Amino acid sequence: MARKSTHTRKIAVTIIAWAIGFVIFFPILWTILMSFKSEGDAIKAPMAMLAAPWSFESYAEVQARSNYSLHFMNSVILSVGSTLLALIIAVPAAWAMAFVPGKRTKDLLMWMLSTKMMPAVGVLVPMYLIFRNFGLLDSRSGLVVVLTLINLPIVIWMLYTYFKEIPGEILEAARMDGASLRAEILYVLTPMAVPGIASTMLLNIILAWNEAFWTLQLTTHDAAPLTQFIASYSSPEGLFYAKLSAASTMAIAPILILGWFSQKQLVRGLTFGAVK
Amino acid sequence: MATAHSRTAARLMVSPAVILLFLWMIVPLGMTIYFSFLRYNLLTPGTSFAGFDNYYYFLTNPAFWDALRNTITLVVGVLIITVFGGIGLALLLDQPMWGQGIVRVLVIAPFFVMPTVSALVWKNMFMNPVNGMFAHIAKAIGLQPYDFLSQSPLASIILIVAWSWLPFSTLILLTALQSLDREQQEAAEMDGASWLMRFWYLTVPHLTRSITVVILIQTIFLLSVFAEILVTTNGGPGTASTNIPFLVYAQSLLSFDVGGGSAGGIVAVILANIVAVFLMRMIGKNLDA
Repeated sequence: MARKSTHTRKIAVTIIAWAIGFVIFFPILWTILMSFKSEGDAIKAPMAMLAAPWSFESYAEVQARSNYSLHFMNSVILSVGSTLLALIIAVPAAWAMAFVPGKRTKDLLMWMLSTKMMPAVGVLVPMYLIFRNFGLLDSRSGLVVVLTLINLPIVIWMLYTYFKEIPGEILEAARMDGASLRAEILYVLTPMAVPGIASTMLLNIILAWNEAFWTLQLTTHDAAPLTQFIASYSSPEGLFYAKLSAASTMAIAPILILGWFSQKQLVRGLTFGAVK
Repeated sequence: MATAHSRTAARLMVSPAVILLFLWMIVPLGMTIYFSFLRYNLLTPGTSFAGFDNYYYFLTNPAFWDALRNTITLVVGVLIITVFGGIGLALLLDQPMWGQGIVRVLVIAPFFVMPTVSALVWKNMFMNPVNGMFAHIAKAIGLQPYDFLSQSPLASIILIVAWSWLPFSTLILLTALQSLDREQQEAAEMDGASWLMRFWYLTVPHLTRSITVVILIQTIFLLSVFAEILVTTNGGPGTASTNIPFLVYAQSLLSFDVGGGSAGGIVAVILANIVAVFLMRMIGKNLDA
């Protein structure tokens, strides 16, 4: 039975919710709008800026002046690379803990989680020195390893909660029907595990893309992803509003789109299964 | 189902993850602890044993107490905004309306914006005292533009960080609300319970757990806010917006004081662990492994 809800109430709720949603989204919207204006128009008063002619010049200039695509590629390589590496390590581990749990599985999971609680700044000094001494500063390979390790606990946890939901009986049923081990894994388990792995991958790419501690500390230019590239606008180039907007829009667009697909997984992944 | 054979296989499958995480946890942290007892500056050659001197200097430095106060203000300020705002928004989004999916998308969008982008967008396009939107609005209604980041730097950073985290609390509380038992609500309604009573006796108890989770997880992340400060105020003016991570960064990578920075890092680890203990207990209770 539907809840009592008058028509006027629904209209009021809709107006308020849209208004709040608009206010919250406004900084992003404004950045996107500003990115299509010329530099001179971008610093005008809001109404004058909106009325100014549209242009793509800031996008062209960001690319021409700063080699934007290098940083974009770095972001892609770092986030996708660290995610794949984490999955390679985490899938077998989560699989084993979900399907062959032992007495210490729970302790092990909790311990893995506890490594995530360590504040990055607590190991900043040694990591910086290790990177410096091994010539890894500003290298993509070093950063991929760090990003893999900081997100590994979340990846294992998320996969574990997904694998845990695959009923064990279904395997027994398949076996009774005479399925071989190979057929079991290929036709029964894999199709059930793929959605979980895909959502984990999506969330982890988002987290790695936006990671802004290690990427800022350990890169300067060659390996710098977008987080570091945008930080370079803090001064004095920050005064170039249109270019900052264009760079920002390009930096957040792919992840906004991915993020909208992963709303549900976000809750599960970031609360370690404590809220589903 | 679990035979000795499958147990061995399971152990082999888990061990790479365990070994890597163990090394990741032990090696750098051990080095930090070791450095924290050394007189070690990258600008001067050689190191010597310093005992607890680094801790002494770090903890008696007035900047540390400023940073501690700023860290706590930042965490508590953002938590107040995001928890109350999140409850309000979640309750609102749970109501029947047109275009709910779109509003939801608008509300959660800030969470996907990388910290350096959100901080710079707020700093330049909104809070800039000359060309920012707030300055334009102030001028339009005849007020003096306010220089947010130099006059109230910490409050401005709290606003920026709260904007990024409001979607997180909203999304989690909304998920929790949607698992609320509708029939129970309807039964209470038919028994004549008012909206306020239903909210207080049914919704609030149901949300308590999720609110705790939101508070604990956000605290873990908020204790390490760094990028937002780096690109907006650089910790200043003075130490007005320096938090503990930023202080440790400044001491170790800007003053090259490895020993002092390490001692600060250990202090940060201890602070985070106080929160982590409670969070781990919450999560552990929910895990039926």
